[in-house]
Amino acid sequence: MLKITNLHAKVEGREILKGLDLEVRPGEVHAVMGPNGSGKSTLANVIAGREDYEVTGGEILYRGENLAGLSPEDRARDGIFLAFQYPVEIPGVSNMYFLKAAKNAILRHRGEDELDAVDFLEFARRKLKLVEMNEELANRPINEGFSGGEKKRNEIFQMAVLEPTLCVLDETDSGLDIDALRVVASGVNALRSPERAMLLITHYQRLLEYIVPDFVHVLSDGRIVRSGGKELALELEEKGYAWIEEHAAA
Amino acid sequence: MSRAETQPYLERFRRLEPSAAEPTWLHGMRDAAIERFAEFGFPSPRLEDWKYTSVRSIATSDFGGAPPARNPFSKRDVAFSLGGDFHGRILAFADGRYAPELSTIEALPEGVIAESLATALAGRPACIEPHLGRVATWDAPEDAFVALNTAFLGDGAFVYLPRGAVVEAPIGLVFLGLRNGAAPISQPRILIVAEAGSRATIVESYAGCGPDAYLTNAVTEVVVGAGASIDHVKLQCESGSAFHVSALQAQQSRDSRFASHAISLGAALARNDVNARIDDAGAEAVLNGLFVASAAQHVDNHTEIDHAKPHSQSRELYKGILAGRAHGVFNGKIIVRPDAQNTHAQQANDNLLMSEDARINSKPELMIHADDVKCSHGSTIGYLDESALFYLRSRGISAVEAREFMMRAFASEVTRAIGSAPVRTRVDELVTARLARGAPLEIA
Ligand SMILES: Nc1ncnc2c1ncn2[C@@H]1O[C@H](COP(=O)(O)OP(=O)(O)O)[C@@H](O)[C@H]1O
Ligand SMILES: [Mg+2]
Repeated sequence: MLKITNLHAKVEGREILKGLDLEVRPGEVHAVMGPNGSGKSTLANVIAGREDYEVTGGEILYRGENLAGLSPEDRARDGIFLAFQYPVEIPGVSNMYFLKAAKNAILRHRGEDELDAVDFLEFARRKLKLVEMNEELANRPINEGFSGGEKKRNEIFQMAVLEPTLCVLDETDSGLDIDALRVVASGVNALRSPERAMLLITHYQRLLEYIVPDFVHVLSDGRIVRSGGKELALELEEKGYAWIEEHAAA
Repeated sequence: MSRAETQPYLERFRRLEPSAAEPTWLHGMRDAAIERFAEFGFPSPRLEDWKYTSVRSIATSDFGGAPPARNPFSKRDVAFSLGGDFHGRILAFADGRYAPELSTIEALPEGVIAESLATALAGRPACIEPHLGRVATWDAPEDAFVALNTAFLGDGAFVYLPRGAVVEAPIGLVFLGLRNGAAPISQPRILIVAEAGSRATIVESYAGCGPDAYLTNAVTEVVVGAGASIDHVKLQCESGSAFHVSALQAQQSRDSRFASHAISLGAALARNDVNARIDDAGAEAVLNGLFVASAAQHVDNHTEIDHAKPHSQSRELYKGILAGRAHGVFNGKIIVRPDAQNTHAQQANDNLLMSEDARINSKPELMIHADDVKCSHGSTIGYLDESALFYLRSRGISAVEAREFMMRAFASEVTRAIGSAPVRTRVDELVTARLARGAPLEIA
């Protein structure tokens, strides 16, 4: 589904990704772990098509198609979803209204019928239950006045509504207390399916107790330096990132 | 400015045949006004209040051609101006002249009057004389357009609310600019008199269509009695080739409230003056504005709040969205006179620039002559937030739509303050359509 080969990317003239390789097949959940500043969010944003991240080498194939030059909205319509590490607040734009427009843009792209206001509301309510989010919150302007945890829930709610094929979750666990983490994780688990792949970006092993990955990768200085099964996360937790970095340097 | 520019207006004034139905004091007022206009000429950019706005293009085109004999507008054009859910009384005007066939005579509460000014001047001049031409000022060169309007004063609207009258449905005044013809001019005069304790929402809606130029030069005078509350909405949706100049002056008595919502979406050149004079204690003035301009549009907003008496409040929020090479101006004057202790005045002007070539001049002017006052003002200029745009696009919203979402969100802070639901709905619809079109709207 996703095949990244020798990816190089620059932010504000500085090279952050320095030859990254990663392959994800349908139905798989991959965790990408790494120290702060190693390029995790850069990877997530490059996959989603953020324009101020410049790809300087390598390629990203998504369902066999090269993503180069594809706009963020085209990627979203093709089924790529990014749950942001820091979701922005957008005062004045209603969360539900915008989400309905987004859902319908995606349906239109797939050649399916759009949802009218009534059908959308009913559909969205089912998804709200999934993340135990109340409707009042969902109706507010996007993320305005939301707590950190509420913002993360809203990301997963949006993901549930948009039903993407490739979900990239950037530190969805950070800033969550244990109850919120459990809710968010069960929301994510409910979305696991044989057709859908997930890329879980995280700094801590904690999330992986709730969402058990098929593969774990360690990102360091813009490259995947180690890959393994879910036990790698535990090893990492025990020995710390320094161990990996020494290892990588060696 | 040169004498030649006023000449056509002076000549037309001489040819004016006063109607026998009009009170004679009106003739005297017109004579005085044309003299002032002849003396001032069109306002020059050398005047501080006009320094960002050149009216050369108005002064050098001879507006005043004869309108077509038959009014070319239909009720559809009225519905465009006010929306389908508008159920109040509507007075419609074509080329500044009352058009009864486009108006709807909804019933009004006992004693409330909403009729054409020409009718009122003929039928009840005594109700009008104490106020007309006395609220708005036209004795300084800055006010040349008010003088010009007064010189040709003939039609427009008269709204009267007797003591304690509450009008729930909004009253609509619709001004339609001409489709074709010889550079016509429309100079409506609106007089609103709200006696003590009365309450109403009044909408002035201006629309038109191109491609020919026309000039609207409107003057609105509002007398807000003790404890009365008036919401005034001005929806300026003139065609992109039109010129629009308007001046509103409110005069507020004790414990009154006056709220102005000035929405400016059209015209090649628009100049809006909104002034509130707080003449007695405990009054509140709210001046809100939204201006949207693109391509080579020029929109100049001048406001003045004159706190003359103590314990009064004013809140002001003007927001601008400027694209293309558009030029916006906000000049907000707040005067706190020595008497006006315990004044609370708050002013904000926020601007969103959609292109590198768009320009805004934002100028607060605070003239505080009392010491026990709270005044604040702030002005911001910014571009759309790129991370917010990316957020919306990452969900599948197109770049164009994402920008529209953001602009609408920016504008909504102004429009949501409009209390009347049908009016607010129509304003939102027109703002949305204007932002989506990227150019002034035209009536079909
Ligand atoms: N928009 C940006 N502008 C400038 N530098 C950035 C930007 N985004 C990320 N960086 C830099 O790129 C490096 C990698 O950042 P990031 O991908 O956010 O790491 P991580 O998510 O792993 O903590 C850091 O050094 C960070 O400072
Ligand atoms: Mg990060």
